[in-house]
Amino acid sequence: MKKPFEPKVVAFLCNWCSYAGADNAGISRLQSPANILPIRVMCSGRVSAEMILRAFRAGADGVMVLGCHIGDCHYINANHRTVKRIPLLQKILGYTGINPERLILDWVSSAEAPKFARVTADFVDKIISLGPIKDELKVTHPATPVSLPVEEVVS
Amino acid sequence: MDAGRHPNIELLDYSEVVEVNGYVGNFQARIKRKPRYIHSDLCTGCGLCTEACVLRGGKGKLMVPSEFDEGMGTRAAAYIPFAQAVPLKATIDPNSCLWLVKGKCSKKCEEVCGTNAIDFDMEESFLDIEIGSIVIATGYKMWDPAQIPDYGYGKSPNIITGLEFERLTNAGGPTAGEILTAEGKVPEKVVIVHCVGSRDERAHAYCSRFCCMYSLKQAHQIKEKTGAEVFSLYIDMRSFGKDYEEFYRRNREEGIQFIQGRPSQVTVDPESGKLFVDVEDIQLGQVMELEADMVLLATAIEPPENADQLASTFGLGRTPDGWFAEAHPKLRPVETASAGVFLAGCAQGPRDVPDSVAHAGAAASEVIQLFNQGVVTIAPTIAQVDEEKCVGCEECIHSCPYTAIWRNHAQKAEVNPALCQGCGTCAAACPSGAITALHFTDDEIVAQIDGLLKLAV
Repeated sequence: MKKPFEPKVVAFLCNWCSYAGADNAGISRLQSPANILPIRVMCSGRVSAEMILRAFRAGADGVMVLGCHIGDCHYINANHRTVKRIPLLQKILGYTGINPERLILDWVSSAEAPKFARVTADFVDKIISLGPIKDELKVTHPATPVSLPVEEVVS
Repeated sequence: MDAGRHPNIELLDYSEVVEVNGYVGNFQARIKRKPRYIHSDLCTGCGLCTEACVLRGGKGKLMVPSEFDEGMGTRAAAYIPFAQAVPLKATIDPNSCLWLVKGKCSKKCEEVCGTNAIDFDMEESFLDIEIGSIVIATGYKMWDPAQIPDYGYGKSPNIITGLEFERLTNAGGPTAGEILTAEGKVPEKVVIVHCVGSRDERAHAYCSRFCCMYSLKQAHQIKEKTGAEVFSLYIDMRSFGKDYEEFYRRNREEGIQFIQGRPSQVTVDPESGKLFVDVEDIQLGQVMELEADMVLLATAIEPPENADQLASTFGLGRTPDGWFAEAHPKLRPVETASAGVFLAGCAQGPRDVPDSVAHAGAAASEVIQLFNQGVVTIAPTIAQVDEEKCVGCEECIHSCPYTAIWRNHAQKAEVNPALCQGCGTCAAACPSGAITALHFTDDEIVAQIDGLLKLAV
């Protein structure tokens, strides 16, 4: 029997909310998928586009960036940068042949252990339905020309 | 009062901080001093200008509604806000003074002032000072109960807030301490409604914390002064402090009737002016209608209107309910995300007098601790710039939530280690990889990514 596809998902968790939320999920004995590979950063604003691309290059099937809710950031408003950065990167990912749905941004506070378990499980399910990233990248086709709405990107 | 007299404390009344720069131990603040049209150093607080003020209606009654008396009393245009004001100096209200509004007045106040303190040409001025640390103690404001029309606030002069009642029962208030309805009668039935706008998702989800206790005090005062029948409608009685539960018991023994239930509406009978409060007693499971001569609303408190502006001036975070955010809800309740800026009292969230005093004491000792040490300990996780790589694009300067980065004389980015809190947003934003977030460097994170992905899941 063929081994079922177990994706590798890198999750960047901010130190103050999402990492603590993940911890809380563990303490509360909530099941979250073992496919999640957590990396602690001080703030979701620390996660650069290069790191996310690096994770995909190193074989990640999906990447999650989880931070504090807007208005709740430990660093006043550093997560406003994340909000601008991730959707922009999602648009660019399409060009590289990577399905933009393989990257998500969500907010998990330190009190939201059930939400942590839910978003990680949902995302892993999503990645399983998308299949391994290797298969996606094997298909050689010219990048579909997508018109990038400039105003939206700049804002 | 003591603060006003202390030789090491300089009070800047009628002032507003408009700009703050710098960092812990080295703040520069620009303070706007609003004109009070009376020189504070000359004014003795004698009150002659108030007596001389010509702004009077029939029978010599003063005409301006007094803010201190919640609009129930009146004051002159030249006035001392209240008898215990600190500093005890008169001021002239530019919105009601005839000379300042219309340019027409006999200026009797100027004539009577023995020290020539009155100066109508006074203009606002700015003061620049250097300070080591900042304590934010900006307090709260009362929530306006007219926002939920069910309570009927504004429909009858006998539906009043707890603060308005405080003026009624105060010996220095408009009725000289007598509890009277708007018709001047002693009330026979009084209903006190708890949690008006607090613990209510239509207004504020949080508990305002001190309303239960002042409502108990007011119930006791009504009972004692008027002997009226008092009904107290509550959701949960939060008499949490030292001796508070005992006071609640005393209230019950005095015959005040406690009904657990939030009223659905307060209506006014248009003919008799009587008030009717509909409430379900959830312990009896019975809907009842209470008749009352006076209804007291224990209204919620909320952050002041200028909280937004204060937050941006002082670099403060705010919690979703609007209060200023402390650095840690349990372990660092007086510090803020900005080093050297502390919170005291209701600026951080609702609290009663003993808690505010304790909180302010904690803030003061944090300040003393900073001053005594003369140095600050910072976390090792801060940003560092490699000047060789920096091209001076200023991307990091825009991304920094703490304005900890500036462009130095060499046109390179430079991080102020005392201001940097180490979020690393600048390191992620830097296009030339010149900024390193210490202990969370790109290399360290990439090694983690590579290492994790080498593992078979």
